[in-house]
Amino acid sequence: MALPLFDPTLDPGPNFTALLEREGVLQLAPSNDHGVSVAHGTTVLSLRFDKGVIMAGDRRATEGHSIAHRAMEKVFPADRYSAVAIAGSAGMAVEMVKLFQVQLEHYEKVEGVTLSLEGKANQLAQMVRAHLPLAMQGFVVVPLFCGFDLSRDTGRIFTYDAAGGHYEETDFQATGSGGRDARTTIKLGYRDDLTEDEAIELAVLALYEAADADSATGGPDVVRGIFPIVASVTADGYVQIQEDRIAERFESALAYRRSMGGNAGNTLR
Amino acid sequence: MTMPYYVAPEQVMKDRAEYAQKGIARGRSLIACVYDTGILLVAENPSHTLHKISEIYDRIAFAGVGKYNEYDQLRVAGVRHADTKGFTYSREDVDARSLANLYAQYLGSVFTHEMKPLEVEILVAELGSGQRRTQLFHVAYEGTITDEEFFAVLGGDADPVREQFAASFQEGWNLSTALQAALQALSSPDSTLEASSLEVAILEQGSSRRAFRRLADDELSELLGA
Repeated sequence: MALPLFDPTLDPGPNFTALLEREGVLQLAPSNDHGVSVAHGTTVLSLRFDKGVIMAGDRRATEGHSIAHRAMEKVFPADRYSAVAIAGSAGMAVEMVKLFQVQLEHYEKVEGVTLSLEGKANQLAQMVRAHLPLAMQGFVVVPLFCGFDLSRDTGRIFTYDAAGGHYEETDFQATGSGGRDARTTIKLGYRDDLTEDEAIELAVLALYEAADADSATGGPDVVRGIFPIVASVTADGYVQIQEDRIAERFESALAYRRSMGGNAGNTLR
Repeated sequence: MTMPYYVAPEQVMKDRAEYAQKGIARGRSLIACVYDTGILLVAENPSHTLHKISEIYDRIAFAGVGKYNEYDQLRVAGVRHADTKGFTYSREDVDARSLANLYAQYLGSVFTHEMKPLEVEILVAELGSGQRRTQLFHVAYEGTITDEEFFAVLGGDADPVREQFAASFQEGWNLSTALQAALQALSSPDSTLEASSLEVAILEQGSSRRAFRRLADDELSELLGA
């Protein structure tokens, strides 16, 4: 590899994707005319609480009607103060997240300052838009982005569509095949002043409902000990909630449902 | 048509070297040294935004002295090289040695082929982990590369600074002692540098993936006061 030096008029600046293109590292889009079956990730959600924002996602990836992976991770730190979660074509989504993470760090190192949260959300939108030709061939990637905005002192959530449109959500959002059930659950239990603990509980219940109604969303796997990933982003940064804490929540929710004959029994639990 | 005068190649090289040295000598010195849990980089720099010391990658830092626009261009190229390599292969495949070699080749070729040599001296520091050792690569304006195990001094009037710093250097000292010794060596005999005119950063062993961290003024005063 040579030292990447550019003429000032051709310099890619802090844009890592442009740099990769110039260096010939980014591959051209493959074509899916043959209907290749690829793994799909399913339900991810995000909701705000009093001190920040929660991001959560189930662990299942499907390939058609079969389960491709049981322990896939769909929630990632984008940088210190933001998180990104993915639903859709798994391989490409993970690659997009990897590129997004490097882009944020690259910008920070080249420019000496971090991008604003709005800037990060925009950057991700451009990546989704660049992915559009592949989305048209069936490799749809729909990310969910959230972070703590240090300049406004609040958590913020952004959603995307396959064409790269991005929209800021006021309180919560869920995407993926089980997104609708997850969204309804959060809607019923949401308050402005949720604490972190309450928000984690609501995220867990929403994923439970999504898995209960959607075959492509994985529920808590008590046999293998695989539970959804939940992360929290606050002024202190990105933290992944420990798995045993999540397992505990699921176990108490399951015990309650069992006692109620499988129904929520007048509460969200 | 006029014929160009013949100038002996020795003379050309000598002139270029002198030119580069003069440019570098206008700036202040910079010290990098190993301490018990990391690498310390200290430079005299009145500016808080135009950095001499920066992060290249998870465990790699860059420091430059001389002409700002020239070493900053090299810094950005280093970040690009490291990020591209880490993205293409894996994060652990990014190392200081290959980057320092690239810098050396580039500086060497500019020195021999271009009208004007780069008036910079740079340092690539890598904090070791596991199999990989902690290393400091010092690259001079003409592409000479040296690797140091414990400390390096860059800049115009480096010799007296190096002598003084070498005399106080101890293997395995802590951050506070190392910083005080560096400050002593950078200060002139009759005046001591203020904490606010220093640019200090460290690569520290710890839980975080990115080992590079700048030390703010209050933390500096605390370390110097101790």
